[in-house]
Amino acid sequence: MAKAAARKTAPAATPSVERRPALTGRSTTAAAVKVEVLPPAERISLRAPEASVPALSKALGVTLPNKPKTSASKGGRTALWLGPDEWLVIDEAGNDPLADCAGVAALHSAVGISHRNIAIAVTGVGAAATINAGCPQDLSLDAFPVGAASRTILGKTEIVLLRTAADAFRVECWRSFSDYVFTFLSEGSRDAAA
Amino acid sequence: MLLIRCPYCEEERPELEFRNAGEAHIARSANMAGETDDDFEKFFFIRSNPKGIIYERWRHMHGCARFFNAVRDTVTDKFIMTYKAGEPKPSKLPGVGK
Amino acid sequence: MSGAFRIPSAGRLSQAKTARFSFDGQSYAGIEGDTLASALLANGVHLVGRSFKYHRPRGILSAGAEEPNALVEIKRDAARKTPNVRATVQELYDGLDAQSQNRWPSLSFDVGAVNDIASPLFSAGFYYKTFMWPKAAWKSLYEPKIRAAAGLGVSPDKPDPDHYSSRYAHCDVLVLGGGAAGIAAALAAAETGVRVILADEQAEFGGSLRFESGAKIDGQDGFAWAQAAVAKLAAMDNVRVLSRTTAFGYYAQNFVGLVERVSDHLKTPGRDLARERLWQVRAKRVVLASGAIERHMVFADNDRPGIMLAGAARTYLNHYGVAVGKNVGVYTANDSAYAAAIDLKKAGVNVAAIVDLRDNPTGPVIDEARALGIEINFGRAVIRVGGKLRVSSMTVQPKNGGGERTIPVDAILMSAGWTPSVHLFSQSRGKVAFNDETKRFVPGTYAQDCVSVGACNGTDGLSATLDEAYAAGANAAKDTGAKTAKGTKPKVDASESWSRGMLGAAPGAGADTTVKAFVDFQNDVTAKDIRQAVHEGMRSIEHVKRFTTNGMATDQGKTSNMHGLAIAAETLGKPIPEVGLTTFRAPYTPVTFGAIVSHARGPLFDPTRKTAIHPWAEAQGAVFEDVGQWKRAWYFPRAGEDMHAAVDRECVAVRKTAGLFDASTLGKIEVVGPDAAKFMELLYTNPWEKLEPGRCRYGIMLREDGFIYDDGVVGRLAPDRFHVTTTTGGAPRVMNHMEDYLQTEFPHLNVWLTSITEQWAVIAVQGPKSRDIIAPLVEGIDMSDAGLPHMSVREGKICGVPTRLFRMSFTGERGFEVNVPADYGQAVWEALWAEGQKHGAAAYGTEAMHVLRAEKGYIIVGQDTDGTVTPNDAGLDWAVGKKKADFVGIRGMARPDLVAKGRKQLVGIKTRDPKVVLEEGAQIVEDPKQAIPMKMIGHVTSSYWSENCGRSIALALVAGGRDRMGDTLYVPMPNGVIEVEVTGMVFFDETGGRLNG
Repeated sequence: MAKAAARKTAPAATPSVERRPALTGRSTTAAAVKVEVLPPAERISLRAPEASVPALSKALGVTLPNKPKTSASKGGRTALWLGPDEWLVIDEAGNDPLADCAGVAALHSAVGISHRNIAIAVTGVGAAATINAGCPQDLSLDAFPVGAASRTILGKTEIVLLRTAADAFRVECWRSFSDYVFTFLSEGSRDAAA
Repeated sequence: MLLIRCPYCEEERPELEFRNAGEAHIARSANMAGETDDDFEKFFFIRSNPKGIIYERWRHMHGCARFFNAVRDTVTDKFIMTYKAGEPKPSKLPGVGK
Repeated sequence: MSGAFRIPSAGRLSQAKTARFSFDGQSYAGIEGDTLASALLANGVHLVGRSFKYHRPRGILSAGAEEPNALVEIKRDAARKTPNVRATVQELYDGLDAQSQNRWPSLSFDVGAVNDIASPLFSAGFYYKTFMWPKAAWKSLYEPKIRAAAGLGVSPDKPDPDHYSSRYAHCDVLVLGGGAAGIAAALAAAETGVRVILADEQAEFGGSLRFESGAKIDGQDGFAWAQAAVAKLAAMDNVRVLSRTTAFGYYAQNFVGLVERVSDHLKTPGRDLARERLWQVRAKRVVLASGAIERHMVFADNDRPGIMLAGAARTYLNHYGVAVGKNVGVYTANDSAYAAAIDLKKAGVNVAAIVDLRDNPTGPVIDEARALGIEINFGRAVIRVGGKLRVSSMTVQPKNGGGERTIPVDAILMSAGWTPSVHLFSQSRGKVAFNDETKRFVPGTYAQDCVSVGACNGTDGLSATLDEAYAAGANAAKDTGAKTAKGTKPKVDASESWSRGMLGAAPGAGADTTVKAFVDFQNDVTAKDIRQAVHEGMRSIEHVKRFTTNGMATDQGKTSNMHGLAIAAETLGKPIPEVGLTTFRAPYTPVTFGAIVSHARGPLFDPTRKTAIHPWAEAQGAVFEDVGQWKRAWYFPRAGEDMHAAVDRECVAVRKTAGLFDASTLGKIEVVGPDAAKFMELLYTNPWEKLEPGRCRYGIMLREDGFIYDDGVVGRLAPDRFHVTTTTGGAPRVMNHMEDYLQTEFPHLNVWLTSITEQWAVIAVQGPKSRDIIAPLVEGIDMSDAGLPHMSVREGKICGVPTRLFRMSFTGERGFEVNVPADYGQAVWEALWAEGQKHGAAAYGTEAMHVLRAEKGYIIVGQDTDGTVTPNDAGLDWAVGKKKADFVGIRGMARPDLVAKGRKQLVGIKTRDPKVVLEEGAQIVEDPKQAIPMKMIGHVTSSYWSENCGRSIALALVAGGRDRMGDTLYVPMPNGVIEVEVTGMVFFDETGGRLNG
């Protein structure tokens, strides 16, 4: 709420109604891991051909990564490589990446999805084990190092996974799947000490 | 669960992230409306369904979301290779005779 | 004292920790570390179950997972009753409560045992032959009776209160089996630093080192070496050691399923502990070290309690400190049983005699047995045993006939040799090869990146096993890119060696006899049954297996397959490899459904998707319906209202004043890029290039075959930006369909697709008062009919939050769809609701939405269409761009059958009696008097009571429907024929004036 209000391109009229993000404040702690819903963030789905990447990187203030399964982060803004012409840009500093792209003439598609996704942090020594309860990817540090990012599967849903530290992940999912994802991660966390 | 190499992600990823999308290298006519009934039948209904090497399309649905092509042996269920959508049908297959 | 048969000087368990348990209500004492089987044997209990078919008394055969007899029910509480638990695997805990199965009224007196006397009736193929007629009786009479009489335990009848977990894991080298071979392989691999997982099904590692008292490795007793080595492995960061973990399935590309039994051995498992954990491991290399399983001797009444495998008896002695009898006999065709006799003799148990089928075998164990004064009989067979509930004697005869001699015994230890456990290798699609010299199937051609070591590879002797296993472990690591190991290979200081053995029936159970010499204990298959199967024409071993059910029980024939094969081969007069081995399939041992399902139960069975407005609807007492994974408000009953009353009220309110509807689940896709319109032209039947920004159009999407795939209203936000809506259920597949064409057929187009279904909450406000409700909350949008005409879209603000405001209608009334960012959905809804209350607006659910759209003849894709309906069939020709050169489906639509006369067309249907509401799916005929089966010319797709029309309304697909306007047709139903009239599809406000009303 506070972040939305602090947007650079703040709307002329402030919302007269309350923002109610899904799962606000939910968290659970197990022996080896904590699962916690993160506050709202600004997000865009960015699509662009290779030629547009420099201009977009400049406008966003973060270099869009071009290697699979990687991300780049600067000033509270993270760009995750999701596909060869696709990035998920997350801004946790209260700035609007959609507005930053609006002025870019180079070919691209930027679509606001701040409300489409919600983020859940999974932290602790059992973080990888928690996610591996339902994610079939190899989450060892060799295969999925800090900064690695990937769209993948958790149980019966799709998630976007970002490793923020050796024992910390950010799990992004669509709003209506968030209850399932949070519950799944909570279940996984109970077993993560093994 | 198979491991499938995604040519865009440049690594093998678990089958759960993928979805099969049918036979590959079936071109849609540039003059679709002008196709004869026979040609349309071949294009839309007829598939080779081979015992052995098949060229097929997959989508890395829950990964990079790209469609790509794969060569698979339907007898052993082994992938011989994968390549990007739009690339020509490979003339030589690694490790396959003749 | 934990049982009269416990030998304090033997075994590895500490006598200090007693665990009390009960079996069939009788209380016993055991020791922590016991299995249920060892604890029962320590108390002299051999009789533990009744057999499947003949209800014969059965005892404990083995000391491991191969157990076919000792299946019991373990009960923790009313909901935690596990049937068919192998007593040889179940670890003892204080308070364990076990019951025998398949007996009534009691284990020692079982009425069902009459089957044993009547056994000539129950020979192989009995069920197939006897219960053929009358056919109807199979389901009602025979099958339930057979299932009740034959069988295993009783499944629990309450929901499983335990939870199960799952884990995907990856490693470089996965070692399956934690005996000497597995441990050596794991050590070699782990020392290189690669990621290793070592799994064993037992509570303790060591495999056959549990009983091989003659093994010494690195100066230690073999079992002690194993414990030290595993402790060392467990302490390494790159190694995961899993005990109580069974690899049950070996799948493609080294994907192995394992089940870890986490808490079945604990007295009080604790709420957070899973009962079992499913491991799905992807390994670069797999080392199979699954060992070998001892075979029993096939002789008359070889199933009497007290008759068991020699290696098992040795395990009970050397590991659990339990003597299986006080006066045991041995019946063998190989050396390993001698070691059992020697160990028991040394522990003070009398060994009455060793009966060895072989003529004049020699070897150190034979010498040692002789030196201990044990009587040895070469070239002799056990042809008969005494005792029923417990063996009391064995009758011995020279194998070529001659004088009999009966020796009193209370247990018989038998060994026909050892069968390599090639189950997992075979599951990996590897081909086994028959070694004619050693008479065993061993791994032949490999299909995956795995290697077999030790006994499962047919490697005999500890020294050779460790050499092979250590090298294999190091090589497996090297194959994954590891550096050379720095470690040292374990050194064997002393070991045992076993020679071969025999396959098939022993003398006295040959083809000329009618004795019950069991091959498969669990399914009650005798040597005679297998011969009979061949005599009745079964030639393939697969047919013999199915006809006799040999090897088809839950033990999967671990002890019986080779004997069965040998008897079949002998009867067929063919060598064993020509008869072939049946295929091994997963699971190796039974796996609980709990483990397979793991987390996917209750709220995690499937995602339940709820909209941002869901909490409001819930608070209002809405009744929800499932639409795919979504929960949608179905109707909003007020006090005293049933569904019909609520729906009628909601429908009337929308047309009289206004209604609010949560349309958030509709699929939404943002199509962006300079070629967006070109792309839309190709994916939809409609023309898009000339649609002005700010305007909307109803679009139809076809598949290439020309049939309707999806529909929805599309708004053009900017020249290069479309806001596309799809059906709720169609959202994911429409997105996939669009991506498919964009990526693979039209990759030259500069356009991108983004799912925005969940970005926007959608509130439909429909009805004559809809504008009055919305307008006060909107900023920056001209709400007049000129400023925002029907089928247009504007971006602006509502309640201070951004909105994409559509003027559109799925009710035929003046209508709007308010899109707001999802987190604001509920608050904006509440604001609109408050405004609506000033005008008497109602909230309406999906049922009213369906009725309202049907009153206007608007179709629902998937309800009024079924994948075989063209735009023309649905009366939507107007939405097909006639001048377009191409779009998906353009050619399919023109196929001869799709333009032929007489196709089913969507029409309206009115019942002659306006009060009668047709059933959706009901069939329509022209002549109700025709003979059955009648010619059906169509069916009802949608049918409702319409309060607004004061009558029932329906839509139907009818052959040549549009040429039948006004015709009378008939709907035959069980209670009579309903007369109907074919009409147009619009039942309400035919001129459409209310869209601007």
